[in-house]
Amino acid sequence: MSIVPYLVIISLCLGAVGLVVFLWSLKNGQYEDLDGAAERVLFDDESAPEDRRAAPRR
Amino acid sequence: MSGHPTAAGLADKGILQASSVVDDSLRQTDLSVPSIRCGGCIWKIEQALNALDGVERARVNLSTKRVCVLWRADREAPPLIRTLADVGYAAHLEEPGNDTPDRTLSELIRALAVAGFATGNIMLLSVSVWSGADAAARDLFHGVSALIALPALVYSGRIFFRSAARAIRHGRTNMDVPISIGVLLAFGLSLFETFEGGEQAYFEASVMLLFFLLIGRTLDHLMREKARRAVSGLAKLVPRVVQVVRADGHHVTRPLSSVEPGMSVLVAAGERVPVDGRVAAGLSDVDRSLVTGESAPQSAGVGSVVQAGMLNLTGPLTVTATAAEAGSFLADMVRLMERAEAGRPVYRRVADRATRFYAPLVHGVALASFVGWMVAAGDLHQATVVAVAVLIITCPCALGLAVPMVQVVAARRLFERGIMIKDGAVLERLTDIDAVVFDKTGTLTMGAPVLRNRQAIAPENLALAAALGAQSRHPLSRALAAFEDKESPAMPVSGHVTEHPGCGLEALSDHGRFRLGRAAWALDAAARPTPGAFEDSDQTETVLSKDGELLEVFRFDDPLRPGAREAVGALKARGIEIHLLSGDRAGPVRRLAGDLGLDVFEAALRPRDKVAYLEGLAEAGHKVLMVGDGLNDAPALAAAQVSMAPGTAADVGRNAAGLVFLGDGLEAVPFAVALSHRADRLIRQNFLLAIVYNGAALPFAVLGFVTPLVAAVAMSLSSIAVVANALRLNAGSGRRRRHEGTKQRRPAFALETTE
Repeated sequence: MSIVPYLVIISLCLGAVGLVVFLWSLKNGQYEDLDGAAERVLFDDESAPEDRRAAPRR
Repeated sequence: MSGHPTAAGLADKGILQASSVVDDSLRQTDLSVPSIRCGGCIWKIEQALNALDGVERARVNLSTKRVCVLWRADREAPPLIRTLADVGYAAHLEEPGNDTPDRTLSELIRALAVAGFATGNIMLLSVSVWSGADAAARDLFHGVSALIALPALVYSGRIFFRSAARAIRHGRTNMDVPISIGVLLAFGLSLFETFEGGEQAYFEASVMLLFFLLIGRTLDHLMREKARRAVSGLAKLVPRVVQVVRADGHHVTRPLSSVEPGMSVLVAAGERVPVDGRVAAGLSDVDRSLVTGESAPQSAGVGSVVQAGMLNLTGPLTVTATAAEAGSFLADMVRLMERAEAGRPVYRRVADRATRFYAPLVHGVALASFVGWMVAAGDLHQATVVAVAVLIITCPCALGLAVPMVQVVAARRLFERGIMIKDGAVLERLTDIDAVVFDKTGTLTMGAPVLRNRQAIAPENLALAAALGAQSRHPLSRALAAFEDKESPAMPVSGHVTEHPGCGLEALSDHGRFRLGRAAWALDAAARPTPGAFEDSDQTETVLSKDGELLEVFRFDDPLRPGAREAVGALKARGIEIHLLSGDRAGPVRRLAGDLGLDVFEAALRPRDKVAYLEGLAEAGHKVLMVGDGLNDAPALAAAQVSMAPGTAADVGRNAAGLVFLGDGLEAVPFAVALSHRADRLIRQNFLLAIVYNGAALPFAVLGFVTPLVAAVAMSLSSIAVVANALRLNAGSGRRRRHEGTKQRRPAFALETTE
């Protein structure tokens, strides 16, 4: 039984990490173009570094 | 690329004005490219634009079908639109500043994320409590839940608390008041229970309520009208500075506002006339389509009256102002628009109407059950629990989702068909319409002349005319230039080509003197047919001559927009009246009306007349959808119950319209109307679902049977049912279809303007 409080805290921390990551990805503009992201995966390797350069910085 | 002006080339001139400053060295331009459909388009467009000189980077957004281009400010604006036209994509400039990050939206989404996190975690703990945790574990879990719920309420709940506080301060009530009271009461009661070691706590209910409500609120915000007024686009049409000709013949640059009647203003070819006036010197063709809706350009010489906003096509003109800026046609239009926008009846959205009726009901029932239990049992604790349960059960989660969820799905469906809507209310307004008013030029027709008698024309004459036409920006020349064959250029016109404004083009070569233009000018008097033979009022034509001898006659007309016939048929089948209003002459209007089988039409209307006509219809009890494109339609677009404009419309028209369709096809009109009806049906079903659900659960709550578990289940199920029902709008949409369409659906705009 004494382990339960630890487990609760650990599960909360994991959840909080998820929340922080979501808020970060939101701020980072990762949801701006969901359809485009799905297509860009298929592009040739050479274009990948250039695409990263071209990503809008905010 | 031969570098001669085309429609796309002219559009590129607007890039500088439509760009925003990023930093000292960069400017940003946003383009809307409706025909982006797949990864291949992304690749092609980014390759083409990134290769341009001065472009720092171009990035395609497939979801919004837009391209964001950053270009170096110290260079000339890159020819983005022409480059896109060359690779087969029609593009429109987006207004700068439309993309400013939406603070409210990001606040809502963050609040939503926090509420979602809290709901999930409290739910985990609550499930173990419901499954029968022993007293010690239950109290511990309740305590942890309280610790999670408190910051979540403070952070996510403030959106509702703020609005509720504002309403109460003004002595009103809105839906946020019962929500805030319910959430706070549920939290306070649960806190009390936790300290007392009680069995039931409503932490998950209070946070889940916020979560569901925030989903609805966020979707609703997405569908709210962005504060954007159509009028602001009007002023941008004419340059703010003009070239004034002084008495001594010198030109000075002056701000437009300083122009007074009697002053002479120089209007270069390709510029818009800045003020109303009379031509004092020069000869040119003037495109009046924006102002009057007339399809064919008119020649303008000394004495011709011109109005602000007309486009000077071929030669420089000196115009003597007859009115100051404030008194000229455009300023008049601005006032007309402002009046129309202000005069439009305020539309009360379905959701707002429902809320007004619902909020007092919720208060009343909760208060009544509290008092009832106090009287019946005399137990304050028990009565509070019941009142909280009533507030939670009647919470309008599903109701809050009912409308925005459907509208978001509908907006997505419309967007897939290339139709953009300004806000959710547009869909509601669209449902009611019983009459459609169409503009002619640029709406029912394409607004650009197309060669009609191509079969009858000898290929070598066509090639010759195309080569000549490529040297001019006159619409008829441009239509001919589309036939230019770049591989084997027409031989004889390699020589000198001059443009005679108001008349046509002349090329002198070893083979003789070639002229392309008006019959009266291009042909010798002897070769000229009897007067009137070329003056068929329904069509426009131009002739090609060699040394005064007739070589060929080119006849043009303004073709119907694709789908116009189908659109008219589909609307009629719905029992919707169709009216045709045009600023054009009676002849072409009558012919078009006959073509499409329209009984009600009016020609030669001024913008003011169109507004008056719409007001007349409204007074007769009609709900009117106005479809139009030009500047001359803008006041009418603003005055109608709901309005629609093609993507090629003038900025003003696009901003004034509630819906903009980006493709060429006019089928967009009946499609939008049909979809609005389906959306309306789903919204009504959703209301019914939500009300039945709440109504069924309410007696249990009042009688005190609702445990936290029941509340959580009821809330989730009703919300899920409403969302699932809204998604039915997607049935048969076939999102995959856009890939199949990539190949054959080349934008017609690009086809016409490709050199």
